Amino acid sequence: MSGEPGSIRIENIVKRFGTFEAVKGISLEVKPGETFGLLGPNGAGKSTLIRMMTTLIPITSGKAWIDGHDVDAEPDAVRRCMGVIPQALTSDINLTVQENLSIYAKLYSVPRAERRRSIDELLEAVDLTKWRDAETKTLSGGMRRRLEIARGLVHNPRIFFLDEPTTGLDPVSRVAVWEMLNALKSRRQLTILLTTHYMDEADRLCDRIAIVDHGNLVALDTPANLKQSVPGNNVIEVQFQDPPGDWEPRLAALPEVTGVQGEGSGMFRVLTGNGSRTTTELVGLAVREGIAIRTLSVQNTTLDDVFVHYTGRQLRDEQVKAAAYVMPPRPGMQP
Amino acid sequence: MIRMFAIVERELRKFFRSPALMLTAMVFPLIQLVVLGNAFGGKITEARVGVVDYDQGPQALRVHEAFDSVAANIRTFRTVRYESDKAAQEAVRAGRLDGAVIIPPQFSRRVYAGENPSLGLLVDNSDQFLSGSLETEMQSLTDALNQPAVPQRVLNSIALEIVELYPYIEYMKYLLPGSITLAMFVSVMIGGGMLYIDDKARGVHEGFLVTPITRVELVGGLVTAGALKAVLAGVVLTVLGSLIAGLDVLFHPLALVQLALMIIATSFAFNAMMFMMMVRVEDPLVPRAMFGILNTLLYFPSGAIYPIAAFPGWLRALAQVDPFTYAVHGFKSVLLKDAGFAAMAPDLLYLFAIGTIALVAATKLFKRTL
Repeated sequence: MSGEPGSIRIENIVKRFGTFEAVKGISLEVKPGETFGLLGPNGAGKSTLIRMMTTLIPITSGKAWIDGHDVDAEPDAVRRCMGVIPQALTSDINLTVQENLSIYAKLYSVPRAERRRSIDELLEAVDLTKWRDAETKTLSGGMRRRLEIARGLVHNPRIFFLDEPTTGLDPVSRVAVWEMLNALKSRRQLTILLTTHYMDEADRLCDRIAIVDHGNLVALDTPANLKQSVPGNNVIEVQFQDPPGDWEPRLAALPEVTGVQGEGSGMFRVLTGNGSRTTTELVGLAVREGIAIRTLSVQNTTLDDVFVHYTGRQLRDEQVKAAAYVMPPRPGMQP
Repeated sequence: MIRMFAIVERELRKFFRSPALMLTAMVFPLIQLVVLGNAFGGKITEARVGVVDYDQGPQALRVHEAFDSVAANIRTFRTVRYESDKAAQEAVRAGRLDGAVIIPPQFSRRVYAGENPSLGLLVDNSDQFLSGSLETEMQSLTDALNQPAVPQRVLNSIALEIVELYPYIEYMKYLLPGSITLAMFVSVMIGGGMLYIDDKARGVHEGFLVTPITRVELVGGLVTAGALKAVLAGVVLTVLGSLIAGLDVLFHPLALVQLALMIIATSFAFNAMMFMMMVRVEDPLVPRAMFGILNTLLYFPSGAIYPIAAFPGWLRALAQVDPFTYAVHGFKSVLLKDAGFAAMAPDLLYLFAIGTIALVAATKLFKRTL
């Protein structure tokens, strides 16, 4: 059965590179008008998944439908109805903002009159109208990302794929991109599928989230339901001075504690159903044992905890890796 | 088509906003040619010399025997029989022969009668290396023929009369066809090789691949854009080079048309060939590493700076398939010899043929997915 118009549907999709299975039979459906987030550590298979959906790499087995079109059988129909923004900034730095958009509109065979109207509207939407004739190399990272978002929508697609749309942006630019995406989504009735490393981004933008790890779909639900699925309502982040070797099981034995994760350097994340009670007991234990507490904070469960719960890894590690990624120098780029 | 032209538009806009690259494509060949062009010299072998024998007498037979002896021993040249001096002259003009010897009527009788017998040598002096070597060889051969079986007290020497087809051609003029070809090659190497792979590595092509552009449109757009850039380099080098070298070819409309044809054919062939080589390459270092190898492998065996007749067999075989050889020969025909369309027609044919084959192969090899 194919997906309905405006939807993304994949069924038991598999990607193998030689003997390595990067995606191991994932099925999911993104409803028309929904914003769907794909979360996963580096190497989890989410980029491979998005590349299969966007016709960039062949599907080993399984089926995918975009806007009701079979990705394998009708790749051109799929390409016409979707906009894709890759993670790397790929706009031509030597071309102006207008030229970048115009060339992509032509690649989608947008008629001349519609091209002009669409570019005007998009430049307005991404707040780049006054930069229309500026060469792209003069734009900031946030502005370039906004240009790429406009570029992906220049042919008025119904479905929009974004691969880590705010990686490498400062917090202010990230918020600007989120607002822009929300405004564009409601104005154009877009179905959006995005991958991200940022939990706050997923929490704020996505109607539903899928967590992918080792090529498998490990969780899929709304952000609220995912948070509820993690045992415990609070997380205590605490760092001790030289804790003994058996400290983790002793913390786990405290009342209301549902889980403990040691993170090294005396740092522990303690999941609990009752934050205040566990905190009191934990402090009492530390005082009795003569172990100094260096830092302590109590928080509500976040998507970070959801991620750790399902993948056993800290998402912040992935964020650090993502932030450390430096774009390769571009030919002709000024130092 | 709109999608193909979008690719062409993008490439050309980028090209005109990077003048430094254009400058490199044009200045580098001139510098290289001037420096390297002065550093070569060598012995000519296997040159093709036409023999027109109007005499058919016993003394003409002695000349033929002397030629056979050269072909069998020192191998400076081998001879091909021609029926008329006109046909031999056309063959030299068109590059099928490197020179021609005319044995005039009554040659044997004149030798026996001692009436100043002479042989005619027609040389293609647009190639100074080759014509110089032929002249020297023929002179020593004539001297040998003049030696009597029994030395005489008074010698009746046979004089060799050399006919040069063209006015004296300076070395700079000789180099110009090669420098024009090299400029186009460098432009193709930068535009069609390095920048193409850089774009690929930056993910720009990933952006193209998610649009409905077809494989043919994408390859066609990239090759057309590359060819246009190379045409520009070729035109600039032809104009500047001709003016610097003092050639008046720019003031002959027919020659300009022929030059335009050669520039277009060369640009097309080079670009399609380069694209075929680069179509599966992912690493930006590869085209940079290949630049020197390709330059040596294609440019030097082409006869641009040293005659092919001086090469060993394997290098001649390489020259035979090297599109550079045909480009250089075609440009020489127009710039130096005014040899007419017929002389450059085989070059044009080869360049368009190799370009078309490479383009088809490149399109087949081009992956529509990552």
